[in-house]
Amino acid sequence: MNFLKRTIPLIIAFVMGVTMALQYYVPHEVSQSLLKVVSRWGITIGGFAVFLGAYSLFHLHLTKIKRKLPGWGYSTFVFLGAGITIVFGLYNGGEFFWQDKQEGTMFEWIYFNVQVPAGATMFSILAFFMASAAYRTFRARTNEATILLIAAIIVMLGRVPIGTMISQYLPIAADWIMSVPNMAAKRGILIGVSIGAIATSLKIIFGIERAYLGGGD
Amino acid sequence: MIERLINLDRRIIFMFVAIAVTVPLLAKFNLPVRTTRDVENIFNKIDSLPENSHVLIAFDYDPASKEELQPMAEALLHHCYQKDVKVIGMTLTPGGTGLAVSAIENIGKQYDKTKGTDFVFLGYKTGVELVMINMGENIYSAFPEDFQGNPTLNLPVLEGIDSLKDFDYVVDLASGSSIEAWIAFGKEKYGFDLGAGCTAVIGPDMYPFLQSEQLNGLMSGLKGAAEYETLIKQESSAVAGMSPQSVVHILVVLFVLFGNTMYFMSKRNR
Amino acid sequence: MKKSRDVYILFSTLILFFLVNIFYLSMGWLDFWGKGLGIVTGAAFTLAMYSFLYKDNPVFKIAENLFVGVAMGYWIIITWFNILKPDVFETILVPIFKETGTPPQFTILIPTLLGMFMLLRFSKKLAWMSRWSFAFIVGLGSGITIPNFIHAFILKQLTFDSLIAPSIPVSINNFLVLLGVVSVLIYFFFSVEHKGVVGGISIIGVWFLMIAFGASFGYTVMARMSLLIGRIQFLIRDWLGLIQ
Repeated sequence: MNFLKRTIPLIIAFVMGVTMALQYYVPHEVSQSLLKVVSRWGITIGGFAVFLGAYSLFHLHLTKIKRKLPGWGYSTFVFLGAGITIVFGLYNGGEFFWQDKQEGTMFEWIYFNVQVPAGATMFSILAFFMASAAYRTFRARTNEATILLIAAIIVMLGRVPIGTMISQYLPIAADWIMSVPNMAAKRGILIGVSIGAIATSLKIIFGIERAYLGGGD
Repeated sequence: MIERLINLDRRIIFMFVAIAVTVPLLAKFNLPVRTTRDVENIFNKIDSLPENSHVLIAFDYDPASKEELQPMAEALLHHCYQKDVKVIGMTLTPGGTGLAVSAIENIGKQYDKTKGTDFVFLGYKTGVELVMINMGENIYSAFPEDFQGNPTLNLPVLEGIDSLKDFDYVVDLASGSSIEAWIAFGKEKYGFDLGAGCTAVIGPDMYPFLQSEQLNGLMSGLKGAAEYETLIKQESSAVAGMSPQSVVHILVVLFVLFGNTMYFMSKRNR
Repeated sequence: MKKSRDVYILFSTLILFFLVNIFYLSMGWLDFWGKGLGIVTGAAFTLAMYSFLYKDNPVFKIAENLFVGVAMGYWIIITWFNILKPDVFETILVPIFKETGTPPQFTILIPTLLGMFMLLRFSKKLAWMSRWSFAFIVGLGSGITIPNFIHAFILKQLTFDSLIAPSIPVSINNFLVLLGVVSVLIYFFFSVEHKGVVGGISIIGVWFLMIAFGASFGYTVMARMSLLIGRIQFLIRDWLGLIQ
C-alpha cells in the first residue's frame, strides 16, 4: 500500500519532471506531440481544481454556521450569492448548461452588477489606508528609510501630469529611477527568485521536496 | 497639539483623500499627459501592422483591477479596430471573462466589426504556462471552442493562425504574474513580439524585461492607459483620471512631509 | 449611546440612498428596466464596501459575503463552459450518446480521472489517490520550469549593455545597472559572511533595493488611487450623472 501511496507519486513526479525538462532540448516531432498532449491534459486536470476551491470555501462557512461561531449569520450570504449565481449559470438563459453559453443572461447581469462593482471597490479601499499609512508610519528614521522615501516622492510626482508642471526634471528623474536603480535591483531579485524556483523544481523532481503529497502516511 | 496632529483620526485623512479625488473630477479639468517611450513602442507596433494582421490580447485580470486595466484594454481595442487588425482575445483568469468579452464586442460594434470574422474571444483556460505551451503547439488544441461554444477550427478570424508563432503581436494585460509566464513559456519559446499592460503595483517589476527587450513596450496602471488614449487621440476615462491622480499624489506627498515634520518636532520636544 | 448613533447613521444612509434612487428613477434619469437597476445595484455594492471606512458594519459584511459567494459561483460556471464542457463533456460523453461526426477521445479519460482523484484530497480514506494528480501537475510544472527559466530569466537577464557607450551618461548608467545587479545578488547571498569587501558591496545592494522599494511604494500608491478614481467616476458619472 505504501508503494501506491508514496512511491508511485514520487515516480510520477520524477518521470514527468525529467521527461519535460529533456523535451525542451529535443525538437523532434514526437517530443512536440508529447508536449502538446501533456499540456492539454494539465489544463483539463486544472479545470477540476475549481471544486477544491469551492469545497474549501463552502466547508469553512458551513462550519461557521453549524458551530454558530461569531458572525455565522453572514456566512449564509456566501451560499446565497453562490447559489443564485450557479442556478442562473446552469439555467443559461433557458438553454441549460449542456447547450452553448448564452449572452445577456441573468448570470451575466449578476457578474456586472454585483461581482464587478464589489470586487473593484474592495481593493480601492486600500487607497484610503495607504494615505493613512503615508501620514502615520512613513518616517525618515534611518538613512535607508530616507532613500526609500525620497525615491517614492520623486516617482509619485514624476509619474503624474502635475509633476511636469512642478519641474520638467521630475519626470526625467522618475524615468531614471525606474530604468536604472529600480531595474537593476529588480533584475537582481528576478535572477535570485528564478534560481530559487529552479532549485525547488529540482528538489521536487528528485523527491526531496514532498509538500505536495500533503499530510498522512 | 503635535501629538494630537500625529494621532489624527484616520477618518479625517480618508475625507481628505475622498475630496482630493472627487473635486478634480467634478471640476472637469484635464491635464496634458506626457507620453513615454515604453507606451509609444506598443502604439507604434500596432500602428505599423498591415491590415488583417493578427493581434492576440490576453485579458489576464479580474474585476479587482478593472479600473486600471479596462481603460487600457479599451484604448488598445480602439486602436486595433481602427487599423483593421484582427483581434483574438483570451484570458487566464476566470473573473476576467465578462470584462474581456464586453470590451471586445462593444468596441467592435462601434467599428462595425463582425464576431468570428474580425474578432473572437476564445474564453478562459486554467494552467497559465500549460495554456501558453499548448497554444504554442496548436491553438485549436488549447481552444477547440470560443467563449460562446463555436468551433474555432474554421473561424475566418483565425485564418492563417496555427499556433502562437503566427501572431503578429501579443499583448498581455496583467494583474498578476502572467507577464513573466508569457515571456518564459510564450515569447522565448515560440518567438513572437510581446507587449504588456499591467497594474501599477507590478509595473516596477517589469523594467528588467524592457531592458532585455523581452517586452517591446509596457503600459503601467491608469497612467499607461491615459498615455495610450492620448496617442490614439481618444481621451476618455483614463485621461480624465489623471487630474484627480495628480491632486491625490500631491496630497500623499504632503501627508508624508507633514507627518515627518510632526514626528521630528515631537522627537525634539521630548 | 454610541451603538444607537451607529444604528441611526446606518438607517439614515439607507433611507437617503433609497430616496436618491427613487428620485432619479422617477425623473427618468435612470432607466429602471434598462441599465438603471444594474447601476443602482452596482452603486449599492460600491457604497456598502466603502461603509467599512467609517467602521466595520453589517451592511459591509453582507456585501462582502455575497461578493465572495457570487465570485465563487461565477468561477464554477465559467470553468464548466470553458474547460469541463468543451474538453471533457463534449469530447467523451456527447460522442458516445450522439452522432457528432467525431469519435469519443478516450485518452481524455486519463486527465479526467486524475482531475477527479484530486478531489479525493478531502476524503480520509482515499486522500492518497489525490497525490497522483498533484504529482503529475507538480512534476510537469517543475520539468518545464527548469529549462525555460534558465533561458528566459537567467541567461537573458545576465546580458548587460557595454560599459563603453557612445556617451558618458549612458556608460555611467550601464555601469550602475551592472553594479546594482551584482550588489543585490551579493546581498541575497547568505553563504558568505557580509564582512569586508562583500559587506561593502552588500550595503550598496541595500541602497539599490531601497530605491526600488521606494519606486514600488510610489507605484502602489498610484495603483490604489487609480482604483479609487475609477469607482468615484462610476458613482458620479454612471450613477449620479454629475459628469459626462
